Amino acid sequence: MSKNTKECNDMILCRVWQVLKKPSVKYSLGTLLIVGFISGIVFWGGFNTAMEMTNNEEFCISCHEMEDNVYQEYKETVHYSNRTGVRATCPDCHVPKEWRHKVIRKIQASNELLHKALGTIDTREKFEAKRLKLAGNVWRAMEATDSRECRNCHNFEFMDFTEQGRRAVQAHDKGISAGKTCIDCHKGIAHELPDMHDVDPGSSIGDI
Amino acid sequence: MMKNITAIAVLLVTVGFGTQLAAEPISSLRGATDIDQDSSAAAAKRYNKDEEPIARDYVQQPPLIPHKIKNYRINLKSNKCMSCHSWSNYREANATKISQTHFESRDKNVLANVSARRYFCTQCHVPQVGAEPLVENSFQPVTAITGK
Repeated sequence: MSKNTKECNDMILCRVWQVLKKPSVKYSLGTLLIVGFISGIVFWGGFNTAMEMTNNEEFCISCHEMEDNVYQEYKETVHYSNRTGVRATCPDCHVPKEWRHKVIRKIQASNELLHKALGTIDTREKFEAKRLKLAGNVWRAMEATDSRECRNCHNFEFMDFTEQGRRAVQAHDKGISAGKTCIDCHKGIAHELPDMHDVDPGSSIGDI
Repeated sequence: MMKNITAIAVLLVTVGFGTQLAAEPISSLRGATDIDQDSSAAAAKRYNKDEEPIARDYVQQPPLIPHKIKNYRINLKSNKCMSCHSWSNYREANATKISQTHFESRDKNVLANVSARRYFCTQCHVPQVGAEPLVENSFQPVTAITGK
């Protein structure tokens, strides 16, 4: 041990490690446990509170990229304004509810911060040019999770088909038997669609 | 003398006609509401829910849309109607396919995709609200449509 300490003389990290490795001489085990427990609660709560602060519409549209483009489009749709006044805000669809998936998504969002700094989509034109790629990312994620975020509110099992329109019943019936997921059909319900010529040539005029 | 009588007659007729006009309240598009009063808004019309296809009233009529089309966007990037009514999607969607006349340019050239002049569906095809006709009429479809 003395040999280790000697080797450590010049290295701060190594010295800190040496101190941490030693059993406490000054504080009782009870003090350490209680202080550890309380600070654990504080840090855990603080971490989750900070994460929740980045998990609401106000935070999302604090970037002009979000406010000027996708938010304005979303305001026209049924998830913003509807008969009953129930709303789905940005994180309801774009951030998973379950903690594990939520943290993974939040870590992925660091890439979005990078591109915010780089100004990748800081004009409408740049955003439109990237729209197909960005929409594709969301579609792929939703296909991979069987539209998990949609199903936080919408569930096949609780749909009353007798209350649905003629076309909806037909399509949902087919969709269930074919094992389809929400996003397969419900693209562009909350934001404008990208140029769909490459996705569904029949539904876009393409280059005239 | 004759001139005077004519003038008096014209005056009488004009005054008489004028009084008659003033007696009748003016009825305009805003109804009988006075000009300084706010007229009440008509009740908002509701679009019909999903229905079976609606029969045409005349042979050249663009078929009516028998369902709601709220928030269906039609722009250069995409056309929501075509996600069911295009030739590639109509079978799966169990929808009516667009007519082949929609593939013709104005010079009658047949194109590989919908012609730009036929792309904006709602220029001709419209959804319906349950509105009563404003003016009565006795129009009847031709027997070629009704079969009677």
